Amino acid sequence: MSVTINDVKKIASLAYLEFTPEETERYCGQLNQILQYVEKLNQLDTSNVDITYHPITYPDVFREDEVEPSLPVDQALRNTPDKDWQYIVVPKVVG
Amino acid sequence: MNLTYSEIRNNLEHGRSTCRTIVENYLSTIESQKKLNAFITVFDREKLLKRADAIDARFKSGKAGRLAGMIVAVKDAIVVKDERSTSGSKILENYISPYNATVIERLENDDAIIIGKTNLDEFAMGSSNENSAYGPALNPIDPTRVPGGSSGGSAVAVAAGLATTALGSETGGSVRLPASFCGVVGLKPTYGRVSRYGLSAFASSFDQIGPIGNNVADTALIASVISGLDAHDTTTANIPVADYFSEIKKNVKGLKIGIPKEYFGQGIQKEVEEAVQQTIKRLVSAGAEPVEISLPHTEYGIATYYILVTAEASSNLARYDGVRYTHRSADSKTINDVFVKSRSEGFGPEVKRRIMLGTYVLSAGYYDAYYKKAQKVRTLIKKDFVDAFSKVDCIVAPTSPTVAFKLGEKTDDPLSMYLSDVYTVNINIAGNPSLSVPCGKNSNNLPIGIQIIAKDFEEAMCFRVAQTIENF
Repeated sequence: MSVTINDVKKIASLAYLEFTPEETERYCGQLNQILQYVEKLNQLDTSNVDITYHPITYPDVFREDEVEPSLPVDQALRNTPDKDWQYIVVPKVVG
Repeated sequence: MNLTYSEIRNNLEHGRSTCRTIVENYLSTIESQKKLNAFITVFDREKLLKRADAIDARFKSGKAGRLAGMIVAVKDAIVVKDERSTSGSKILENYISPYNATVIERLENDDAIIIGKTNLDEFAMGSSNENSAYGPALNPIDPTRVPGGSSGGSAVAVAAGLATTALGSETGGSVRLPASFCGVVGLKPTYGRVSRYGLSAFASSFDQIGPIGNNVADTALIASVISGLDAHDTTTANIPVADYFSEIKKNVKGLKIGIPKEYFGQGIQKEVEEAVQQTIKRLVSAGAEPVEISLPHTEYGIATYYILVTAEASSNLARYDGVRYTHRSADSKTINDVFVKSRSEGFGPEVKRRIMLGTYVLSAGYYDAYYKKAQKVRTLIKKDFVDAFSKVDCIVAPTSPTVAFKLGEKTDDPLSMYLSDVYTVNINIAGNPSLSVPCGKNSNNLPIGIQIIAKDFEEAMCFRVAQTIENF
């Protein structure tokens, strides 16, 4: 499998990133190089192997559902680039 | 001058020093070693001295904690309340944390003083510290060489005497590799041993915070303070934390030490191999029993690792959206601009590359071929370690096939940079604890590290063997 310039553009839009044509070309080459390397996993027959999601597994972790203090709004919004009182301001979303 | 923590503590107890003078001394060393670029942020002098005075007062009344007088440098991916936390990225350039990471709470409860935030590869993605948006930290032994990454600044801070100990974090070797390159001790704890609350997320099924010290005892002490169950991180284990500091007194007589043949293969520098083999011989002379073992899926580690961590990273880094707490592009006319332009301006090239790779392997049509496949190989790699540990008490291997490389040597070739982690990533894939300790130097005086890998939650074994090596 190899990645084309159009694939790179599509992945970039899925990831909310934009590139110059030169960057697109460079990432295309590098992604292909890396994907070619990871092909080596196909040397292994994994048809009867289970998936590992987490390296260490525990029994279900339960706790009491108790209300604890959380961050006050002014602290939670401390780093917000544009805000108005208790709200985050963004460009208009609906038409 | 790198004082050990026991020397510092001893000086405090005999009235030969105070926390205030300790802080002042470290601050002046930091100032004189500024060219190493170890810190992204050094905390305010007056604030630090005020805290030092408070600890001095507690010390006088006999109420000081286990780490009074210990000055800790913290990787800038771990948040400290009211301080800037950039994760090495422009996208968080002005981020001030409204809360403390759990590890910070624990260190401060025991009277450690956090002196500042250290340099790292952006979002911990890198093996050389050259992916930092704030310029690379430099190796104090040879400033034309990299300190290793991603926790480069933390290893530099400890090696250059800018802090007593430091915290780093690992996803695939980011504590052990810089520890090895800078000639200090670094532990990657078992996945779930140390809370990740307040650590910026890279790959959540891999990430662990780990301590770095100038010697095994200091590293053991700080490890025992930061470890343990935390309600804020449901992946922390409800397993008691051993007293690592006492465990280091045990010898290695009768221990079965596994030597994996796959870690002495192609690409290892001769002097690295010799230093590690020499150390193994000395362990055998000290009473350990060597056992040749095989970890047959070792060669699939890098491929498995870069599929799984980039997939997790592409999801984790979706949170940096330009809306809530990050950089927002000045050029944002639409909501889509807010996302796309803020992210494209804020992230550096390696982070973008990994988001792209991760998005690709998770995308429709490729998920089974890459992501699911890698999760299955993860099972095989984990099984290699489980099988090996049915025969041995610990495994020893080089931390890295090479000593610290030159700045710029690998920056144009992402794949060759990824291969720097060839001896470390498998342990993160499997979840086991592993500690890197210096075991010699090459002919250019560059440090060589050996790692001790133990069974899950047996960090005590890593410390015990490492202390024996340090005593050689």
